[in-house]
Amino acid sequence: MKLNTNSNSYIIIYSAILVVIVAFLLAFVYQALKPMQDANVALDVKKQILYSLNIRDLDGAEAEAKYAEVVKEEGEKNGQKYYLCDINGEDVLVVSMKGMGLWGGISGYISIHGDETPTVYGAYFNHESETAGLGAEIKDSQAWQEKFIGKKVFVDGTQDVALAVVKDVKDPTTQVDCVTGATLTSNGVNDMIQAGLKDAGKNAVELFMKMMCTAPADSTAAEPKAEEE
Amino acid sequence: MALFSKQNKEVFTNPLNLDHPILGQVLGICSALAVTSQLKPAIVMGLAVTVITAFANVIISVIRNTIPNRIRIVVQLVVVAALVTIVSQILKAFAYDVSVQLSVYVGLIITNCILMGRLEAFAMQNKPWPSFLDGVGNGLGYAMILVIVGAVRELLGRGSLLGFQIIPDACYDFGYVNNGMMTMPAMALILVGCVIWVHRAYFYKEK
Repeated sequence: MKLNTNSNSYIIIYSAILVVIVAFLLAFVYQALKPMQDANVALDVKKQILYSLNIRDLDGAEAEAKYAEVVKEEGEKNGQKYYLCDINGEDVLVVSMKGMGLWGGISGYISIHGDETPTVYGAYFNHESETAGLGAEIKDSQAWQEKFIGKKVFVDGTQDVALAVVKDVKDPTTQVDCVTGATLTSNGVNDMIQAGLKDAGKNAVELFMKMMCTAPADSTAAEPKAEEE
Repeated sequence: MALFSKQNKEVFTNPLNLDHPILGQVLGICSALAVTSQLKPAIVMGLAVTVITAFANVIISVIRNTIPNRIRIVVQLVVVAALVTIVSQILKAFAYDVSVQLSVYVGLIITNCILMGRLEAFAMQNKPWPSFLDGVGNGLGYAMILVIVGAVRELLGRGSLLGFQIIPDACYDFGYVNNGMMTMPAMALILVGCVIWVHRAYFYKEK
């Protein structure tokens, strides 16, 4: 039998069958691997939270165990996640944040401690597609992330966010030097921090505790209570 | 025909030297530059391309007589895209951190010139087994360059290999500084250029 492989009907049927086979194959692979991928993503989030608490260089199982040990409670408000952690008996609040970099989304976790004058305990940033070697340094450079440690989060006596990423550091107690060659990404990090910490309130840890105590099951119900602070 | 006849051996070894996809034909440069700032993603990328080239070659070779000539590129693309998606999903499931590092470049294997070149030039005319060897040969040729460039860039740019520190702390105490230039894609281009130069000067023999 010799098929005419150049006839229109053959081409249409051929491509239809090919596409259906490929579609089934991909759907099957996706379904089969989905649980493992979800587990990886969840573990990655946990690792990032630990990074923001200056706990680095852990492999998967260690990170899982450490996370269970350190993170006491988690809650959500206005789409932002908060994690209350216990580091050697001290309360540390990890705030998740999302923002825009130069080419795509950026995200980060900043941990805060101290009730009266909250300061940064640690920070970790992630990005989707910033330039390698420049904007990507927000994720790759541990040294840059460590610059945040010890900076005051709020302007004294107010709830205004003081923590900032700037080109020209005037106040070393609150400002962090931006990444050289990555002004736009750094601006993105700055905007993300300003927006992300705004809702953290002044006595962030205390506030979070209240939020959790009023409505442990439904975090949205805690919102009005939280805003009174 | 024996599995490892003379012709088949040539099919396998040519792309490692004379017809090397990067060194001889200068194909697939863009991903070679992008993923080689560290050794680990370079190795994974090399393996991924090897596996995908080999299997795409086999599949196309098996169905080569049924493929309508007018849509052959489309069919090749569908096969490659399916394989690439599967590999990318597998990486996400089993090597998540590497898949994050490789990010878009796994997806871009679809448009890798080496793949399309091998499918169009070899698999469309040859039987499955030689096609498989050809795919593995070309993939390994590509992987070889990635590993060389990745090793040099990670060693000089970060002082480590596969994430393990190689250059001792004592060197840093004496004022040794990692070469930040090496982490930039531009240095990959220069390194690939150097590798091509060495290859042409010492190993390449005209047929």
